Amino acid sequence: MASEACPAVEMVTITKRFGDVLANDAISFRAWAGEVHALLGENGAGKSTLMSILAGLYRPDAGHILIDGKPVTLRSPRDAIRLGIGMVYQHFMLVDALTVAENVVLGAREHGLWLDTAKVSRQLRQLSEQYGLPVAPETPVWQLSLGERQRVEIVRLLCYGARVLIFDEPTAVLTPQESAQLLTTLRAMAAQGLCIIFISHKLREVLAVADRITVLRRGQVVGTVAAHEADQRELARMMVGRDVVLPERRTPATPGPVLLTVSGLHVHDDRGRLAIPGLDLTVHAGEIVGIAGVAGNGQRELAEALAGVRRVARGSIRLGDRELAGRPPRDFIAAGISYVPEDRLGTGLVGGLPVWENAVLRAYQRQPYAQGPVLRRPMIRRFAEDLVQIYQIVPSRVDVPVGMLSGGNQQKLLLGRELAQHPRLLIAMHPTRGVDIGAIEAIYQLLLEQRAAGVGILLISEDLDEILALSDRIGVMYEGRLVGMVPAETAEREQLGLLMAGIVPGTTVTASPSASTEQAGW
Amino acid sequence: MAVSAQTTPSVRRARLRIERRFTPSRVTQVVAPLLALVLALLIGSIVLLALRANPITVYRAMVLGAFGSVYALEETLVKATPLLLIALGLGVAYRMRVWNIGGEGQFYLGAIAATGTALFILPTAPALILIPAMLLAGFLGGAAWALIPGLLRAWAGVNEIITSLMLNYVAILLSEYLVHGPWKNPQGYGFPGTRELPDAASLPRLGTTNIHLGLAFGIIAAALLWAVFRWTRWGYEIRVIGENVRAAHYAGMPVARNIVLVMLVSGGLAGIAGMSELAGVAHQLQRNFSPGYGYTAIIVAWLAQLNPWATIVAAVLFAGLLVGGDQLQMSLGLPAAIAPMLQGTMILCYLLCTEVLRRYRLTWTRQHTPSASAVSALAE
Repeated sequence: MASEACPAVEMVTITKRFGDVLANDAISFRAWAGEVHALLGENGAGKSTLMSILAGLYRPDAGHILIDGKPVTLRSPRDAIRLGIGMVYQHFMLVDALTVAENVVLGAREHGLWLDTAKVSRQLRQLSEQYGLPVAPETPVWQLSLGERQRVEIVRLLCYGARVLIFDEPTAVLTPQESAQLLTTLRAMAAQGLCIIFISHKLREVLAVADRITVLRRGQVVGTVAAHEADQRELARMMVGRDVVLPERRTPATPGPVLLTVSGLHVHDDRGRLAIPGLDLTVHAGEIVGIAGVAGNGQRELAEALAGVRRVARGSIRLGDRELAGRPPRDFIAAGISYVPEDRLGTGLVGGLPVWENAVLRAYQRQPYAQGPVLRRPMIRRFAEDLVQIYQIVPSRVDVPVGMLSGGNQQKLLLGRELAQHPRLLIAMHPTRGVDIGAIEAIYQLLLEQRAAGVGILLISEDLDEILALSDRIGVMYEGRLVGMVPAETAEREQLGLLMAGIVPGTTVTASPSASTEQAGW
Repeated sequence: MAVSAQTTPSVRRARLRIERRFTPSRVTQVVAPLLALVLALLIGSIVLLALRANPITVYRAMVLGAFGSVYALEETLVKATPLLLIALGLGVAYRMRVWNIGGEGQFYLGAIAATGTALFILPTAPALILIPAMLLAGFLGGAAWALIPGLLRAWAGVNEIITSLMLNYVAILLSEYLVHGPWKNPQGYGFPGTRELPDAASLPRLGTTNIHLGLAFGIIAAALLWAVFRWTRWGYEIRVIGENVRAAHYAGMPVARNIVLVMLVSGGLAGIAGMSELAGVAHQLQRNFSPGYGYTAIIVAWLAQLNPWATIVAAVLFAGLLVGGDQLQMSLGLPAAIAPMLQGTMILCYLLCTEVLRRYRLTWTRQHTPSASAVSALAE
């Protein structure tokens, strides 16, 4: 890191306002070629906004940007790319039907009318060798795993001449092994003189990969520290502004009787393919069963089937001694199954409706919220006001549309609402995704309290730390199957990671023909 | 669309610019229609000036023609009645994002069913029986017609926009067949229409005016709908389904059944509109029974932003536009196309203003200190 040279990126007193929200408040930020610079902060701290400004996606209200010491104006992502700045987003910008090389050509409009894919392929091979990023230029994108797609995004930016690469929470979609590999690649890229900016809220990763760390909180810079002088505790305090201790499952479970028995479950996905080809699972009262796995391996279908929202093709779902498979959603709700779906605003809440109307979404037809066909508005409002108070939801007015709450507050409302109905079984899918650390603390606490109160909890998450911190038993979903259910005491991160990648320890890696054709789908 | 204020070169730019709005504002809900009105009148003026007509004279004539006398007001309210009833019904469906475009056909079917009841089923019944029977028949006729796209959408996923629209033509042709064929008045001198309805089939009128009980139906329906939306579980379900179908499934709401139900209510209200137009105004089913009320009501429903009370206002205003527009042709000798042109401009401006103001707002951006001239330029 040549700090005496001028920085590759210098952002000076950048201010950006969205409506009444000050996303970036006079932020100054510098990053040099040859370093991995982590941008750490909770959701809503302004990390993504700042980097979107650097990538030309937003324009700042005030402040200016210097690239290699020269002031620049970025009007669009194309301006940024021309100056060598590229961003790898969480949602990949690739066309499934095209090959890797074609995707690269597609973005490079400077090539004119001719699509010289052969030349691009050569360039891709050379770059992928140089940076240790294996990609096959002639492969159609739909055949690639998420990790491979991410590599394509990176190589594509390199191909366009990017020297500053911004990664927006790049490990969110990866298995632990893939994440480790990506972090190695980032180090290698920095070593070859690129400037890597790494947006994250995961402390462990940031400490593992970064040279320096800039912490943001509420749109302002808290400070920049060298990674070798920082520790998790210190960083967490900088991020949140106070000490944070994530509660863990400390007492061993005292599981009660079997609560949920799933056997031979077959469920189709939205495209009609068999996403779950026969699955067995039990959950006891008073235990947390953690289900790990890379997204898209049937977790959503499992959660929806168990919550009664998705049709079960075959098999049985018994809660206590009640058979629920094939029953309408209302029966699942009535039987005492609460469900926290993965997409809060897509499924769990109605963004355009106020907090109080959302508070009874799954209980609106019951006493005391309804009397016959009539909705008892005062009763519902009082209930919502209680929820807002108990879970410290901000803003505290129940007339605010839910869509205007932050992710953490939405999640607290959703979880609080589901718990308020005194469930026997709680299905929680990614309960802390996109939620800031303060709220994660509260959510973990709530889940552990429910466990102590005898609720059976099925925790589905991509975050292994979360699974390991909370679960009594842990299984992994891979291609719709539940593999390697083990007690938490014997679970190891490494082994879970292998299972998530479809590698069953002790067996040779042979994909069954049916499995490989299914994988082709994504 | 950034508007740069003129400044002296030495001063950094201060700009008026449009940015996305993240919080909806209540003020804009009032400002938008007013802004739209002004904008539409201005655009209309350009056209009128090109026709060598004085815009002020024209607008004055329109307002007076619609609201300037007891007769004009009567006429406006009579025309507002079917618009109100149909628009209320459409609003119910639109709230759930079920796009019923079939108000016209449902209006016809209501009128046909009510005619059949009065002429063939209960021709000798007293008003006290006949009118409720016609009302019921009108509702059922419209509801049945809306049931077809409703069922197709709910159970087979067929796009209701296409089916409900196409059924309009079927309904119009059905009424043509009836008035030219089996239901044709034998003493009608070949005029395509049914016999006059019995006297008992006439809706009571307000005093000596032409305003009939249909207007009361509309106001009662508005009140009922408001209460249903606000106070009932069903209203809540409609709101949730309209905002987020996935959440509705998650909440265990019967989405398919509600699609059918809103179509029934929607069509039923259009059917009542047909019945009230028949029993309150026309007293016989005839060719071209509706001057496109079913389509105009779509606009009325949207102008009112699907709010039942606002629908009353929108229906009256829009009826005023129709009546006032007719006046232009008669009193000022302007081309007949002027009225629909003004109506169209007004709707376009309204939709643009509401959408734009709902999503964007104007802000000043100042970089460094704006000069006095920049400030005064911005103030304009």
